[in-house]
Amino acid sequence: MPKDITILAIESSCDETAAAVVRNGREVLSNVISSQIALHTLYGGVVPEIASRKHIEKITPVVSEALKNAGVSADELDAVAVTYGPGLVGALLVGVSFAKSFAYAKGLPLVGVHHIEGHVAANFIEYPELEPPFACLVVSGGHTHLVEVTDYGVFKIIGKTRDDAAGEAFDKVARAIGLGYPGGPKIDRKAREGDPEAIRFPKGRVEGAPYDFSFSGLKSAVLNYLNHAKMAGETVNDADLAASFQKAVVDVLTERSMDLVRARGYRKLAAAGGVAANSALRASLKAACDAENVAFFVPSPILCTDNAAMIGCAGYYEFLKGVRSGNDLNAVPDLKLGER
Amino acid sequence: MKILGIESASVTASCAVLSDDVLLAEYTTNYKKTHSETLLPMVSEILRMTGTKPSDLTLIAVSEGPGSFTGLRIGAAAAKGLAFALDIPIVPVPTLDAIAYGMAGSACILCPMMDARRGEVYAGLYEFDGTELVILQKAEALPCTEEVRRAEEFAGERGKRVMYLGDGLPVFREEITRLTEGRALFALPQSVTQRAGSVAALGKVLYEQGVVSDAYTFSPLYLRKSQAEQEREAMGLSTEPDELSAKGADL
Repeated sequence: MPKDITILAIESSCDETAAAVVRNGREVLSNVISSQIALHTLYGGVVPEIASRKHIEKITPVVSEALKNAGVSADELDAVAVTYGPGLVGALLVGVSFAKSFAYAKGLPLVGVHHIEGHVAANFIEYPELEPPFACLVVSGGHTHLVEVTDYGVFKIIGKTRDDAAGEAFDKVARAIGLGYPGGPKIDRKAREGDPEAIRFPKGRVEGAPYDFSFSGLKSAVLNYLNHAKMAGETVNDADLAASFQKAVVDVLTERSMDLVRARGYRKLAAAGGVAANSALRASLKAACDAENVAFFVPSPILCTDNAAMIGCAGYYEFLKGVRSGNDLNAVPDLKLGER
Repeated sequence: MKILGIESASVTASCAVLSDDVLLAEYTTNYKKTHSETLLPMVSEILRMTGTKPSDLTLIAVSEGPGSFTGLRIGAAAAKGLAFALDIPIVPVPTLDAIAYGMAGSACILCPMMDARRGEVYAGLYEFDGTELVILQKAEALPCTEEVRRAEEFAGERGKRVMYLGDGLPVFREEITRLTEGRALFALPQSVTQRAGSVAALGKVLYEQGVVSDAYTFSPLYLRKSQAEQEREAMGLSTEPDELSAKGADL
């Protein structure tokens, strides 16, 4: 029986200060998240400077609570994992600087983790039996990627968005119909009261790149629809609009994912990232997979949104591979998937 | 008592180990690399060089601000990670006080200055009673012209000259020279910038006076709110989320 590996993980890439203790990659001993959503709602989106200030206030209480909830003392840890990109640079720097000096003072190895790799790894926590290879749709506020996960921490990017990320489109449309921030959960809730077939919106295609996404055209179509209605003095049914917009996004994400699954003969499809918490997307991907006898994996909503447990899981597999970060680890706001 | 001093409020990155009254080591860089890349490797180097284990440290004295928001947070997060891991206190040291403290014993009025952008400086005014630091004007963000006027006024009343220092000098040197018609003194390279030795030494004095914080509660001294908060306040809006939640507004 190999020795247990217990990792303290820290995540501060956007507007949640999070820390978790994860054992052997998949056993979450604690998962603490301090969200700032209420604060940023005032501004209609995340304000980087405010987020960074909150992180520095919350970092110690959150890490301390994660250790306490796990019943693990700092001396029982084997490593520290921290998100070092992509994300807001000022926000990332708080987690990175804290994690580095904590690991240094305790003489622990440090592993810098890619935030999106963390999102994908959330599936390993949810499904103890899941192993690569599989196809994965990564959808969040900043990312829309279709990837092949060929091994732990090894990604082949097959498709990506050419303009807005899926989550960004949700935020922009939510703002346009006065739902406010954060757009994803608000559109999801509103759409449940509406008819997804009420309005036909275009499904963006990228010429010559069958797996790429484009959401800016869809976003413009929604804004045009609203403008036309306003000029004609018509009232817009927000619920129908939300449901129809959401369907257009979900259909595209589902079609492209299934295209990849079919083309490469995958029997497993996973979804990851904040937008994977969207109920319509989960239902659509599940139905499509069921119809073709493909196993579908998606983390529970709490593991889809930003958290540190997923960073602990991704960090564990990097740790096993021997990846170590130095005292000079820096935040990399535009870190690309699959790069170090 | 072993104190680790940390300074990353502006362009200078610096750390120092003070053992009782002996400055064992100080490492200061004024180079283009980011503090995130330099600070912890520097700390690690001076502890290794002086045979100090992290667990030998009694407290962390950290330059609390004002300064670059990001720079301050890198220092604060580094101090917090160390203090939390080692279960030791943090002593917040006002950045401008520490710069002035580096000139202990000076007969001048001391005016440390940092570039606060938007046409302003972060500045304070100090003098020494022997080697004891006397604060004449606490840190403020204000136009350079106004700070120079105040400094020269204090100097006139006391029959002293003003020594300008701090890493904002390269930006404001010409303006200060013009405003003072050449009377201004400028600190020399070895004392012009922030140094963690001063942060540690002043931190020790403050700690003995009972000034102490910890990894949980310490927060940088920003002096300014974020731009977004300033704009909301200018519109007469609240920056606290509770008010809206209390109204039950579903945003």
